Amino acid sequence: MGKVLMKGNEVIAEAAVQAGCNYFFGYPITPQSELVAYMARRLPEVGGLFLQAESEIAAINMVYGAAGTGVRVMTSSSSPGFSLKQEGISYLVGSELPAVVVNIVRGGPGLGNIQPAQSDYFQVTKGGGHGDYNIPVLAPASLQEIVELTSEAFDIADRYRTPVILMGDGMLGQMMEPVEFGERTQPELPEKNWATTGTRGDGQRRIITSLELNAEALETRNEALQKKFARIKENEVRYEIYQTGDADYIMVAFGTVARITMNAIHKARQQGLKVGLIRPISLWPFPEKPFIETRDRVKGYISVEMSAGQMVEDVRLAVNGHAEVDFYGRTGGVVPTQEEIYQKLLSVTGGITV
Amino acid sequence: MTMKTVLKKTNGLTDNPTHYCPGCTHGVIHRLVGEVLEEMDILEDTIGVASVGCSVLSYEYFNCDMTQAAHGRAPAVATGVKRVLPDRFVFTYQGDGDLASIGISEVIHAAARGEKITVIFVNNAIYGMTGGQMAPTTLIGQKTATTPFGRDESIQGSPIKVCEMLATLDGTAYIERVSAHDVPHIQKAKRAIRKAFEAQKKGLGFSMVEILSTCPTNWGLDPFESLEWVKDNMIPAYPLGVYKNKEGGK
Ligand SMILES: Cc1ncc(C[n+]2csc(CCOP(=O)(O)OP(=O)(O)O)c2C)c(N)n1
Ligand code: SF4
Repeated sequence: MGKVLMKGNEVIAEAAVQAGCNYFFGYPITPQSELVAYMARRLPEVGGLFLQAESEIAAINMVYGAAGTGVRVMTSSSSPGFSLKQEGISYLVGSELPAVVVNIVRGGPGLGNIQPAQSDYFQVTKGGGHGDYNIPVLAPASLQEIVELTSEAFDIADRYRTPVILMGDGMLGQMMEPVEFGERTQPELPEKNWATTGTRGDGQRRIITSLELNAEALETRNEALQKKFARIKENEVRYEIYQTGDADYIMVAFGTVARITMNAIHKARQQGLKVGLIRPISLWPFPEKPFIETRDRVKGYISVEMSAGQMVEDVRLAVNGHAEVDFYGRTGGVVPTQEEIYQKLLSVTGGITV
Repeated sequence: MTMKTVLKKTNGLTDNPTHYCPGCTHGVIHRLVGEVLEEMDILEDTIGVASVGCSVLSYEYFNCDMTQAAHGRAPAVATGVKRVLPDRFVFTYQGDGDLASIGISEVIHAAARGEKITVIFVNNAIYGMTGGQMAPTTLIGQKTATTPFGRDESIQGSPIKVCEMLATLDGTAYIERVSAHDVPHIQKAKRAIRKAFEAQKKGLGFSMVEILSTCPTNWGLDPFESLEWVKDNMIPAYPLGVYKNKEGGK
């Protein structure tokens, strides 16, 4: 197919279609609306179905219904709309249904604005809806990476019967880059013999529910869920490290902010500062390993985020007091510049000491 | 002496005993739905959507594939199922709190889109499961846990007439209001349910049967008085009849 120039939101949509997602239920909200529009145009071409729901709540519940039949299904939104989807997401987890939910994050709280932000980090990584749960969250940093992670999101969803969140900031959704859609090899995935498609197939009656009135029985279900989360934690951690080997200080950033941070690191390296980067790709499960491997020999970490300081809490947990953890963040949709991050780096490291 | 079977349990229901209170007509309505699914021979092609309310466990009772929806969202869940499986039968079973309060948007839009699903709407003019609070269908003057002095139109507004409202939408194919308070009406209710499923079978659009039902427990009446209360108070407020029949006729 070669390289094509596309917008981030459209890349997610196309990657989903190529991953075999033929059903999409959505509701418009900036800065993710192109994804909805792309699906409206694209899905009929592959014999799939696009439906504009009356609300985000309805959309996620349509996803719930469709997911229960065993098909690959997706919905997408941005922060205020994502909040509305939390109800359905909790039910998807409770009923163990696979689906992919995209959150192209914008500035908040409340109506906020339509500028890029990462301030939904807590919401996506710490459960978000009611009940004890976690959801795998993938955070690509480039449009090419979206191609890969979107299809992986569907695989993870099917492998563990869980919703998976694909999270990007508004900039990732809106920017254009050349991307290539390569051949996909789908891994072997469990059969969906739990799907409700009518009993005529095999005479088996199937029920999809998250209700369990008996406390002990619900606890047993929760224990099983927790075991599943532990398996996900073991197998689905994704991250990238850059020049952490000799680093005195390590920056931590995800998504597009990681790219800006990378430029600040290049500049610092040119000035002789030994700085590296840990880029979490899975926000949950959070990559603890690269911290455990470096925390006893670095002087400190700096988490750079488009939030008032959310991921930094996970960094602190991973560092567990072994080194200093600093934070630099901008909020309200302000994107930190390379120069700001560089200056922060200088102030934390004490500048260049030869 | 040989014995003749005049009535037997429908295969449309499982053998699980239901949890409904004595005198509650939820059980009767379950049976009607089960019988219709069995008689139309569509049980094996049906996916039911249970809602939230006293019928939250209805997935234990209907003898077909079932999925459990969040409070009010059953029509959206049913939309998801039906859009993926257009040749299957999809129904929701919802109470009035579920459908007319938290889920009013979902049902209106499913109807407006002409979703080819059937909604079984059980109107007992109160929230049963949570202990008898006001529903959007609670009658003017009716006392509930949250209208202890009786529903006052100037404070709580007036009851929502769901059939009348949904019948105005072009996407609806069959809408009828029936009652489960005596045998002739129960038989009528069954015919209405069948018509609603037939509308779905023909792909005509959204179909709904509203069934006036009892809640002896929360009305504070015995089962017999409850049936009388439906007849004397609910039917005048919620007139029975066909509100929409796309094929024409009554
Ligand atoms: C989001 C949410 N809000 C509230 C509830 C609590 N709740 C459970 S059943 C119910 C009312 C159900 O009443 P109705 O639909 O009339 O059914 P009935 O119990 O009368 O059969 C409510 C409010 C809930 N389960 N979920
Ligand atoms: S509380 Fe009311 S609606 Fe619920 S089962 Fe009892 S009588 Fe029926």
